[in-house]
Amino acid sequence: MNESRITLYLQLIGVFAPLSLLSFGGGQSIIADIHKQSVDVFHWVTQAQFVDLFAISRAAPGPGALFTTLIGWHVGGWMGALVASLSLFVPSSILAYAVARMWNRHGDKPWFSQIQRALIPLACGLILAGAYAVLSSSSGGISIWVIALVAAALFMKFDKINPLPTLFVAGVVQALVRAWL
Amino acid sequence: MERPENPTCAELFLTFAKASATGFGGVLPFARRMIVEEKRWLSEEEFADLFAFCQFIPGANVVNLAICIGARYRGPMGAIAGALGMLVPPMLVILLLGAFYVQFGDLPLAKGVMRGLGAAAAGLVVSVALRLGLTFRAKASYLFAALAFGAIALWRIPLITMLAVLAPASIGWQWVVRRK
Repeated sequence: MNESRITLYLQLIGVFAPLSLLSFGGGQSIIADIHKQSVDVFHWVTQAQFVDLFAISRAAPGPGALFTTLIGWHVGGWMGALVASLSLFVPSSILAYAVARMWNRHGDKPWFSQIQRALIPLACGLILAGAYAVLSSSSGGISIWVIALVAAALFMKFDKINPLPTLFVAGVVQALVRAWL
Repeated sequence: MERPENPTCAELFLTFAKASATGFGGVLPFARRMIVEEKRWLSEEEFADLFAFCQFIPGANVVNLAICIGARYRGPMGAIAGALGMLVPPMLVILLLGAFYVQFGDLPLAKGVMRGLGAAAAGLVVSVALRLGLTFRAKASYLFAALAFGAIALWRIPLITMLAVLAPASIGWQWVVRRK
């Protein structure tokens, strides 16, 4: 293994392992930071590739945080995918395991719901920042923002529907808009 | 409700693998059906409780869920089996899609579809945030949410700095309000 590969793996670990422990509210809270690190700081992906990889990760099954796997794969092949995934999932998983043991005893304590209630607004702001990072990176023009707004309203109104059909309809709509305008 | 036998590590892996591999558009509803209705590992209330906890701690919510349930039945090995079940199948699917993207991603049609799909997916993320907003009980919560958004999206403050300042502030504020 040559030196530049090792440097890359260390950079992937250095970016994703800390984010793993900061992802309160799930993988969606750290989209904005993943964007900043992988596009602006390390240039692993371009703006356009970032948006595309995000789209792929949302169209695929599984947790949305697998987005990280794709970025690792894009910049470092199979090993990159493995290193990025392990960096993102192992630290938070070890923490979850440790805290889960505590939760059995403290789950119904008032301080738990107090802290939870205090962190929800921060998760809310972070998740919005993630959506903003994706939309402002996209080169699709005004139709991108309209599609996002309509989709958000739709998913707000019907919270139980499977999002996948809507995502694909949106893809076709955007393709048609680009073909005609 | 009649409790089933404690599942083995293999059963934990296979159950979560099935939920994650079929969970297009979000694993949660598939995992819930599997855990509550088919396997009866948790009651409806236990599931809601546990999931609230899994959202609260860092990490992907459904992975945390698999770890908690795996750990409950089989300790550390069960937790690993659950997490791998939740991650490995979708990882293979996503890499396959990534390979397609490299092959066809430059076609103009594919580009348009990807942009639209990504935009709607961002809309889905927005709806998750807005739904969290509906649970706010105080006006100050909106202020904290706006500050968190501004810090990251507009002022580009590092995530850890933002959390180091706003998390204690928000927790402290909750504490003060409750004492009154």
